[in-house]
Amino acid sequence: MSLTSADFAAIWLTLKLASLTTAILLVIGTPIALWLSRTSSWLRGPVGAIVALPLVLPPTVIGFYLLLALGPHGFLGQFTQWLGLGTLTFSFTGLVIGSVIYSLPFVVQPLQNAFSAIGTRPLEVAATLRANPWDTFFSVILPLARPGFITAAILGFAHTVGEFGVVLMIGGNIPDKTRVVSVQIYDHVEALEYAQAHWLSGAMLVFSFLVLLALYSSRKTRAGWS
Amino acid sequence: MIDVRLKLAWPGFDLDVDLHVPGRGVTALYGDSGSGKTTCLRCIAGLERAKEGFVQINDEVWQDSANGIFVPPHTRALGYVFQEASLFPHLSVLANLEFGLKRIARSQRRVDMTHASELLGIGHLLERHPQHLSGGERQRVGIARALLTSPKLLLMDEPLAALDSRRKSEILPYLQRLHDELDIPVLYVSHAQDEVARLADHLVLLSDGKALASGPIGETLARLDLPLAMGDDAGVIIEGQVSAYDAAYQLLSLQLPATEMSIRVTHAPLAVGKALRCKVHARDISLALTNDAASSILNRLPVTVVSEQAADNIAHVLIRLDAGGTPLLARITRFSRDQLGVYPGQRLWAQIKAVAVLA
Repeated sequence: MSLTSADFAAIWLTLKLASLTTAILLVIGTPIALWLSRTSSWLRGPVGAIVALPLVLPPTVIGFYLLLALGPHGFLGQFTQWLGLGTLTFSFTGLVIGSVIYSLPFVVQPLQNAFSAIGTRPLEVAATLRANPWDTFFSVILPLARPGFITAAILGFAHTVGEFGVVLMIGGNIPDKTRVVSVQIYDHVEALEYAQAHWLSGAMLVFSFLVLLALYSSRKTRAGWS
Repeated sequence: MIDVRLKLAWPGFDLDVDLHVPGRGVTALYGDSGSGKTTCLRCIAGLERAKEGFVQINDEVWQDSANGIFVPPHTRALGYVFQEASLFPHLSVLANLEFGLKRIARSQRRVDMTHASELLGIGHLLERHPQHLSGGERQRVGIARALLTSPKLLLMDEPLAALDSRRKSEILPYLQRLHDELDIPVLYVSHAQDEVARLADHLVLLSDGKALASGPIGETLARLDLPLAMGDDAGVIIEGQVSAYDAAYQLLSLQLPATEMSIRVTHAPLAVGKALRCKVHARDISLALTNDAASSILNRLPVTVVSEQAADNIAHVLIRLDAGGTPLLARITRFSRDQLGVYPGQRLWAQIKAVAVLA
């Protein structure tokens, strides 16, 4: 007895969801983290708090509000219907949106720390060497913050793989669309298929351990700013 | 000319300066920490934005707040050397040097890699990473990196302050070569009088966010009305010209500018006509009514008393002297002053006990 095709479908869907979510998060998380690490605006506190909310809220709360917002009467739901896309609840796209919000702090915070650690001096040096702000971002900030990007990507990916509550609330349990590994395990347990649950749970456990092992082993002390 | 007018108010600190300094040579911004030197430099570079400001470097205006002009720092043709070399840790020495160079249009490059690395003696370091350089080497790379942008103005913010005295003396000759070989105006921030005396042509004295004085280094150091005249380090700079060399005694004769007078210093042979900069400390000059040849003191110059000023300690007075146009400062006891009956216009003999050759 080993993994069934439904299990493999759930694994594939989970990897697809986590990869897509991570990619989106790196793109939108970078400017947010950059802004949070540089600004002296009063909005810094409120925005930082909002970004960190998913750390403390039960996933069901996030899922509940997303369900309302994305549903036929919610403001996002109205908007997607107006665009002719229908509603996004119980769809893969809806799941991606939920995951992006749910994993946001896991990407923004390591990036913000990395950007803060760089400080302003390298940016000033780059400016006096004729680099414009975009140039400075790609030739100085990005390479210096690389360890932060790696940490952010790993944490964002792993955390998305591990989500359950949000998925269940806004995605439900539709094979090939929203049935990710964590939901599949739940189903197996509900159906008293303990052997199946064991296989998938064990796989998750090993995967999570390996990811974190890679993360913590690769965290060398960074070369100091000279 | 370099014209800089800056006004800014930060909590606990006001800067209000109006500087007109020569558009060539080295101008030192000298003052204690907190006097506003670095802030001035950062405003000139555009790293800090003075609310009211006007910055013009020869024919280029970089800031004119009255007309809403503020040129962003990355489009100002300047080189900036920070106190810590601030090399990019993710790049090799060569890549650090090329960072600025490759962002300059080929037609505007006036300093090339070979020249810069030869000038600062870093040719053998190019493949290394910044982490594997000594503090002095890092700073030399930092200076070369700034030079390679072919700046129209080089700003140096205490480039030697973070180094120990051995590293300092390792770098100073390179800075002197820069001064002698490149025609780039330099603003040099420092609180070390010996560096300023060696390198600067022009001196701006800053205190509490204001410019107390600005003028050629020789004149400004000899002014009695400035705090510079106080302290053990007080003295004047003499820019002499080699007029003879006595090989038997290894003594170099230096002619004072625009006079027939000369002073003799122990030195290795130098070609006649070469310029040499010396410092004569006020504490090393004594005064006599007559030219007493029966003395081991080598240098005796006829001088005229210009003025007198109380020193920072009650037993001493500072006397400003004129040696055929070259100002001198003497620090003598109040007792000696009364014995000699010193008055302005009096003709005396200055006995110079020691002359420090700077360059």
